[in-house]
Amino acid sequence: MLSTPLIALIPLLPVISFVLIALVGKKYFPSLCGALGTLSLLVAFILSATVAYDYFFVVGKVGDTYQQIVPLKITWLQFTQNVSIDIGILLDPISVMMLVVVTLVSLMVHLYSLGYMKGEERYATFYSFLGLFTFSMLGLVLSSNIFQIYIFWELVGVSSYLLVGFYFDRPSAVSAAKKAFIVTRFADLGFLIGILILSFYAGTLDFQTLIAKLTTPTNEFHTIAAASFMGVSALTWGLVLVFIGGAGKSAMFPLHIWLPDAMEGPTPVSALIHAATMVVAGVFLVARLFPVFSMCAPALDVVMWVGASSSFIAAIIACTQTDIKRVLAYSTMSQIGYMMFSLGLARHGGEHGLGYMASMFHLFTHAMFKALLFLGAGAVIHYVHSNEMKDMGGLRKMMPVTHLTFLIACLAIAGIPPFAGFFSKEEILQAAFHANKAIFVIAIITAAITAFYMFRLYFSIFWNKPYHAHGESHDAHHGEAPGTMLIPLIILGLLSVCAGFIPFSKLVTSDGKELHTAFHLTFSIAPVVLATLGIIIALSFYKKESVTPQRISDGIGGLYRGAYNKFYIDELYLFVTKKILFPLVGRPAAWVDRNIVDGFMNLLATVTGQISFAIKKVQSGKTQSYAAYFFVGVIGFVLIFIYWWT
Amino acid sequence: MQIGLFHFLFVSCALFFIGVYGFLTRRNLITMLMSIELILNSVNINFVAFNKFLFADKLDGIFFTLFIITIAAAEAAVAIAIIINLYRNYKTIDVEDVNTMKY
Repeated sequence: MLSTPLIALIPLLPVISFVLIALVGKKYFPSLCGALGTLSLLVAFILSATVAYDYFFVVGKVGDTYQQIVPLKITWLQFTQNVSIDIGILLDPISVMMLVVVTLVSLMVHLYSLGYMKGEERYATFYSFLGLFTFSMLGLVLSSNIFQIYIFWELVGVSSYLLVGFYFDRPSAVSAAKKAFIVTRFADLGFLIGILILSFYAGTLDFQTLIAKLTTPTNEFHTIAAASFMGVSALTWGLVLVFIGGAGKSAMFPLHIWLPDAMEGPTPVSALIHAATMVVAGVFLVARLFPVFSMCAPALDVVMWVGASSSFIAAIIACTQTDIKRVLAYSTMSQIGYMMFSLGLARHGGEHGLGYMASMFHLFTHAMFKALLFLGAGAVIHYVHSNEMKDMGGLRKMMPVTHLTFLIACLAIAGIPPFAGFFSKEEILQAAFHANKAIFVIAIITAAITAFYMFRLYFSIFWNKPYHAHGESHDAHHGEAPGTMLIPLIILGLLSVCAGFIPFSKLVTSDGKELHTAFHLTFSIAPVVLATLGIIIALSFYKKESVTPQRISDGIGGLYRGAYNKFYIDELYLFVTKKILFPLVGRPAAWVDRNIVDGFMNLLATVTGQISFAIKKVQSGKTQSYAAYFFVGVIGFVLIFIYWWT
Repeated sequence: MQIGLFHFLFVSCALFFIGVYGFLTRRNLITMLMSIELILNSVNINFVAFNKFLFADKLDGIFFTLFIITIAAAEAAVAIAIIINLYRNYKTIDVEDVNTMKY
């Protein structure tokens, strides 16, 4: 049976560990902080697994439908009768699933960091930040109120900022942290306005009430659908603005520019925040509001096209990058694009909800294999002391465990059966095939490119040229990695193999009812063949050192350079901000600030100063003249009271 | 001649202004303190006189007077302590020479 204190304990454990480490642990027992954080996460994970079991198999299902359960709701700020900011817990299939994903990946990352971050000067600080992040993320997925989700949304952003800028003595890390924070913060402005629009029309901030009011033909629904601004209904505006917030956090085109730079953070952080959990917050948000989204086809179209274009563009860019973490960052963006467009082409309920189910399924499997890829890359970086592909090659003999698990993850992301990614990708492709053929074509091409660049990465790291240690600082045979780093790799590797067999269509669907999915063997042939083709091309290019890739990239010169420079989107942003926003908005605003606002203040100060200079002689230090002033004043008051005060 | 309220008020008024004059013109702090006592006593006379002539059946004015006498004693103690400290620092109790607290 679900017990409320135990559920509330899940997000509270990481925050307790955060407070304890930050206030006490850092000073008195720094070397035990990692163990403390890991232990708290272990308990949190066990609790979430219990909750998931209880929810899915004991209490969640009423009849044939999974219910939303609100075990806890504390009214925090009451504005009017209906509008209040509550702090609560909302359990439904997606939040329970996210609970498991977040605690599991966070636990793996905690465990992994015991080895990876060992000997770091700010080891304890790192663990306290990890605790803060895990708390915020868990709070986000459990939110029962749209404003509560916004609060945790910002908290997640802050902890991401802290962790990306963890190596604050590196200028690149500092600027990456700032970039990530500013870009997502900019997107969150849209989110806030969206929240205000939706809650203004629905008259509530509570998720359940809001969804109920905006999905049935009530007064509220008619008003929001009828109210229009610039030819688009208020419902569409609200949803699109909320989606902008989600797109910022989920690194969707064109708000993706922060994600590759965020790879400056320590690798376990990239695995936790920028691959498995925080970046899927946008997908989660759309899924949370999905019943409302499905009332509004234009908003879903926006979601779909943004997702599809992000997925395709990121896949192209990923083929040209040479920093292994950046390749993984773009592949994350591409896979999240997959989840987004899959949500975008779904509709609420029944057969049409296939895309929704597929998206959540892919979110789940992606969290497993992408965390694995990042942790594997971390192990490689730990060994080689470099992020660049050209410094690697031939590592398969030195790091057998990493090699094997990395291979599993690559096969999973490429969609080769029977690994996890195959099943979820298959569902997405099927949903796309039934809903929109254009998206289907983009998706299947992207899938092939994905297979190519993932195996380009794999072969460049583990095959290609024989490994030779370089640089004097590196001793070539310090072993693969400590056990604390290998155990998470093995666990996640096992999960990447078998996560696909979880019957998601029975558990997580758009309307809570079981969805019957047919598995067509003939349908799977095309994607699998294309993915295999991608792998074979990568094999022929990168298994041995060869000049073919160089020749091809020279052959398509312009396109290659464009993709290598990320299609100049960063430059475009710089151009817009530096050449347009700064001179046209920033400078005039600064002038107004400096001359009018400051000028007024300076004027006040000058006038006050001069007046006081003129009358300062009054303060002579002579007690008797003070007494005389006082006496005259009293006489004055007496006269006033006698002659005028009647 | 019957002594009425007016007579009392005349005395108290005279006492008050003598006190104010003394406070403003005397340079010696002890004398200034004595002037303050004069002002306070003029108020006391007022209280007692009004009590007697206007509210003969009440005692409020007399009680106020008693309070003022008590407070005047305390005030004198504080003032003399201040004056002694002043003398230790400046070797004078002339108020004109103590003028360092200024702009």
